[in-house]
Order: sequence, then C-alpha cells, then structure tokens
Amino acid sequence: MRSSGTGAVARCVAGKDLRIEWRGRVVVNQVLPFAALVMVAFAFALDNDAVLQRTAGGLVWLATMFSTFLVVQRSYAADIDDGALESLRAAGVDMQGVFLGKSIAVMAELLILEIVLLFVAFVLYDVEISVGGLGLLVITMLLATLGLGFVGVLYGGLIAGAGYRETLLPLLVLPVVAPVLLAATRATESAVGVAGVTAADGWPWVGVLLVFAGVFGLGGLLSFGSVVEE
Amino acid sequence: MSTVIELRDVVALYGSHPALAGVTVSVERGEIVLVRGPNGAGKSSLLRLCAGLVVPNRGVANVLGHDLAVERELVGKRVGLLGQRNGLFLDLTAEENVRFWGGLCGADSVEMDQAMRRMGITATLRARRVGAMSTGQRKRVALACLVTRRAELWLLDEPHSGLDTAGRDELDDVLRTAAGSGATIVLASHESERADRLAARVVSMSGGQVVP
Repeated sequence: MRSSGTGAVARCVAGKDLRIEWRGRVVVNQVLPFAALVMVAFAFALDNDAVLQRTAGGLVWLATMFSTFLVVQRSYAADIDDGALESLRAAGVDMQGVFLGKSIAVMAELLILEIVLLFVAFVLYDVEISVGGLGLLVITMLLATLGLGFVGVLYGGLIAGAGYRETLLPLLVLPVVAPVLLAATRATESAVGVAGVTAADGWPWVGVLLVFAGVFGLGGLLSFGSVVEE
Repeated sequence: MSTVIELRDVVALYGSHPALAGVTVSVERGEIVLVRGPNGAGKSSLLRLCAGLVVPNRGVANVLGHDLAVERELVGKRVGLLGQRNGLFLDLTAEENVRFWGGLCGADSVEMDQAMRRMGITATLRARRVGAMSTGQRKRVALACLVTRRAELWLLDEPHSGLDTAGRDELDDVLRTAAGSGATIVLASHESERADRLAARVVSMSGGQVVP
C-alpha cells in the first residue's frame, strides 16, 4: 500500500468525521439542545441576574465540558461500530494524522457549540462585553477548544476498545480538564468584566490555556498510536 | 517465487493462553492458501499475527520480509486484513468509504472507480449508506477498499460468510484475479468445499497448532 503523510491523513479523517456529523446531525439535534437546556436550567435554578452574570463564564464552560464528552463519544462510535479504528491501525495509517484529524473535527464542532452557548449567555443572562474583552474572549475560546479537543480525542482513543466507555470517559477526563475549566472561566469573566476584573487580568489565564493545549497536543501526537494499540 | 510468510515455531500468547502454540508455515507469493480448523483452532490469531496485530512471543515470524518481532508496524501498510468486522464507517455511503480508504493511501479517482466496478458495486449501491446494506454488500465494499489499497498480502477471515451464491462466485473470481496479478491470499474459512476449490493449498489447524 502507498501511504500518505500526516497532513493528508488528518484531512481525510477530519473530512470523514465532519461528514458523519453532518449526516447524523447529532451535535446540532442533540448536543446543542442539551447544552442550551443546561444554560436555561441554570437560569431557573439561580434566578438572580447578578449571580447569573457573575457565573455566566463558568456555566458556559461547564456546559461545553459536558458536551465535549458527547461529541468525543459520537466521534469514536463511528470508528468502533464496524472495527474501522482497528482497521486503520492494522493498515499502518499514520496515527498522528488520525489524532490530528479527529481533533480538528471535534474542535470544529465544539467551536460552533461555544458560539451558541455564549450567545445564549449574552441573551439569557444579560451579559455585556467590551471590544477589548471580545479579543480576549475569542482567543480564550480557541485555546480552550484546542485543549478540550486534544484531551477528549486522546482519552477517547485510550478507552475506545473498553466496555462502559460512556461512563469511563467523563471519569477520566474531568480531573484532567479541570485547569481548562478554571482558566477559561477566569479569562471569560475578565473578558466580560464581572466582579471588577478587567480584560488585562485575563491574559495570564490565556497563558495557562496555551500551555495546556501545547502539552496535550504534543503529548497526543507522540502517544496516540500506542494509546490506541493498548 | 518468493516467500511472503515464513513462520517457524511461532508462539503467541493471549495472557497465559497460547493462541498459537508453535506454528510453522510458509506461503509463497501469488498463492491462495486456505487455513481450516474448528472454532478456537487459532485461524484468526494466525491472520492477525500476519497482519502485525499480534506480537509473537517466541519463534521466527517473517512477513513480506519484515521480522514481526522488530518491524511489526511496517507490515500493516502492505497487508490487507478483512476480519470478522469489515472496518467500514456505517454512516457513510459505499462510495465515501472507498474514497476515504483510497484517499488515505493516495489512490486516484480512476483506481477507486475501477475497484468499485470490480466488486460489483453499482451506481445505486455506491450512494447507499453502508449501515443500510446487507452483510454481503458490506463485504463487497470492504473488498473494494482492499483493492484500492493495493495490498500485497490479503488476509481474509471467513470472506464467504454472508454472501449469496452469486456473491461467492464473484468473490472467488476477484481472489483468483488478485492472486494472478501477484497478490498473496490467505483465507480462513468454514466454507471448506468452496474454499478447497479456490485454494492451491490447505493448512489445517487445531489447538493453536498446524496439524497434518
């Protein structure tokens, strides 16, 4: 067999995953409504504008994190149903490319989700944002998405062949992505300027997100092949 | 002829259980070899070992010139393994599956079209979601993917299962053509009578060993 490089494999895999999502519309029809409902439920539960505005950032990222599990599980379900993931491994396909491709697809879906959730937060919780804060928010979204995507795909691959993977994934991933939840929440709070913090206060948290995404991106690239094999 | 598979006294363990318990067998280029035996005989383990998915714990195992003990990952690129599952994406159409696997190995559009025609994948079937196909139709799609990949060694586990008589005849034709053009084919099958006619040689297994 002729073989393709990492970039070509990543393109193929990302295209395949996005096509499967487009066909099944699981993110649009199930994950998005679930995440939006979580936001609405919080609004009813807290029922206080000041509290909601203060906690909006955390609620958005909490809902995003829960949704990440569903997106990652969906991404691997398509690969496991008929043994395609094992076939990819058996065929000696560049697993770094598979990792990158799956990460790109998961991240694209998460980004759409985050945009909708932020819109819901702005409308439902009456949150406002300055121009300076918008730049911080966009960079926070991108870096947090990188981190969540890399960790989700790496751990999803680790338990792809395991039983009870639906419950295993949150158990394994929740403690690992805690720094993303913390940093993204603080950076988002700075972006929207709650509790007297300014956009400038958010940039150190962006640094945390950058380091996290870098570590898990590199770690995933180097270890995904052996992780899936195990 | 050159030797494609050479196994000498190979032992492969699943935990403490020997899936292969001292297997010695060799297969030459262009041969069609049938591996026969009851359930649990070690047929699937033998195929998975040759595909580089099972690590040999003892013995000498060379496939396509690669020592499986040290170059296992190089074997996969040149081997096509069709196991009891087809390795397809059920939410994609037949054509999307073939184009995905073809795209991974740099096949062009003409080659992919030829592979689908060769496996009798009609225009209607091309556009059908694999999840909505019969077992036999899925098998055809999986074989078209294998053809697209230009695998040198085909390892087929129960390839006739789920196919109707016409499908089995077509499959046999495809396998003979592939062997004629240099591919080496090892198939594990319960369809003894049909596979006997197809194979040039039969290897019988029992209890993880080759038996006379």
